[in-house]
Amino acid sequence: MTAKPKFAMYWAASCGGCEIAVLNIHEKILDVDANFDVVFWPVAMDAKYKDVEAMEDGSILLTLFNGGIRNDENEHIAKLLRKKSKILVAFGSCANEGCIPGLANLSDSREIVHTAFNTISTDNPNQIYPRTAFDVPEGEIHIPNILPVLKTLDQVVDVDYYMPGCPPESHQIAAVIDLVVQVLQGKAELPPKGTVIGAGNSTVCDECKRTRNVKVIKSFERIYNMQIDPALCLLEQGIPCNGPATRSGCNARCPAAGAQCIGCYGPAEGVLDYGARLISAFASVLDAKEPEEIDHILDGLVDPTGQFYRFNLAGSLLKAGVPAWKAESTHEKEKV
Amino acid sequence: MTENFEPTIIGFTCNWCSYRAADLAGTARMKYAPNVRLIRLMCSGRLDPTFVLRALSSGADGVMITGCHPGECHYIEQNYKALRRYLLLKRVLKGLGIEPERVKLIWASAAEGAKFASETTAFVEEIRKLGPLNWGKARDQLPVISEPIQREEVAA
Repeated sequence: MTAKPKFAMYWAASCGGCEIAVLNIHEKILDVDANFDVVFWPVAMDAKYKDVEAMEDGSILLTLFNGGIRNDENEHIAKLLRKKSKILVAFGSCANEGCIPGLANLSDSREIVHTAFNTISTDNPNQIYPRTAFDVPEGEIHIPNILPVLKTLDQVVDVDYYMPGCPPESHQIAAVIDLVVQVLQGKAELPPKGTVIGAGNSTVCDECKRTRNVKVIKSFERIYNMQIDPALCLLEQGIPCNGPATRSGCNARCPAAGAQCIGCYGPAEGVLDYGARLISAFASVLDAKEPEEIDHILDGLVDPTGQFYRFNLAGSLLKAGVPAWKAESTHEKEKV
Repeated sequence: MTENFEPTIIGFTCNWCSYRAADLAGTARMKYAPNVRLIRLMCSGRLDPTFVLRALSSGADGVMITGCHPGECHYIEQNYKALRRYLLLKRVLKGLGIEPERVKLIWASAAEGAKFASETTAFVEEIRKLGPLNWGKARDQLPVISEPIQREEVAA
């Protein structure tokens, strides 16, 4: 085999959608194969962690890392791949900002385990819980420890590029692969470190084809409860659309299909806290001045925390809710 | 709660009313709790909820938002915007498990130095009762803005 540059892809706490999005680039995947030697990609090929550990540091050219850091195995592999890779890309919303798994940061992690193993939908009469270490005749075996809070990739290791989206749109992945191939052929240069790649620099609203006027909201509506005007801005119709704070790059596909933007491309350029930006945006356009009146309109916004932090909780300024932080401090105490 | 707990509070004031109220409280030598670090904005409508979250995540135990009375905003009606953001922000904080009472909105006109002082003292006592927020490990992990912000004095 000639010395093709090496490519790796890993999934930590994620759903697998990012891998599907990569395969969704259709025949472009052949370019990946033609230009790269795929050395590690658990979902697509068999490889062992010890194979990666045996590689030389920096020997993998490009690693796409998707998923958040939920347990110590994720953290170990993130650190390992950082060491072995020249370019580490936080790929997809989970690695960037926590995404849906990051919503677990609203709860104590022990409560999460309890819910998974001992609630009404689980048949577990003997209260059997997983143990992280167990003695068998062959020796002690281990499963990973859950961390008190889910972390984003760059909260654990240094990240070179960020590629947002849940999952990243296939045309954006294809464009990034094209770019990397051109860089390999010496026809293009890599963007500066820390750049958000495969996405726009503006907001979803900027790409949205719907007509926008002056926004004045008298009530929040839910999409199944109303007849939606197909051409008018959804937020103007009272539908809580996250477009104003969300990074462009998806061609505003959800609003085009009549569904509100839920924010999967993460915060737009310059947005420090995604939820705060949306609080600002939504509150600014409410048509009410009296506290009671305002509260009445806000009652229509079911679960504002979930609405504003559906994808971004782990990557937000506060990163997690009180129960998760409390759990973290007691975990720390137990360790001591 | 913790003994000898002195709450750290960030207070946002508007240039036209509440900052002047604080100024008046000062020049009139009124006594009030020294726990508040005031930051002057041009208007309470300038208050991005990001500021509040940043304060809470960086070690503040409470945040005070102050502005002109409704109907008296120097920029016509931006303080209503502040009111709406405040009410929505409190709901979000509640969802995150933070006591919404840690953020308080106070209206104070330029003449209400005494009100500013008494409201501040009352808020400090409320936060003292709630105890420290102690935003977990988040505090250590946050990017620290170590560079002092260069301020230019603008002639009034």
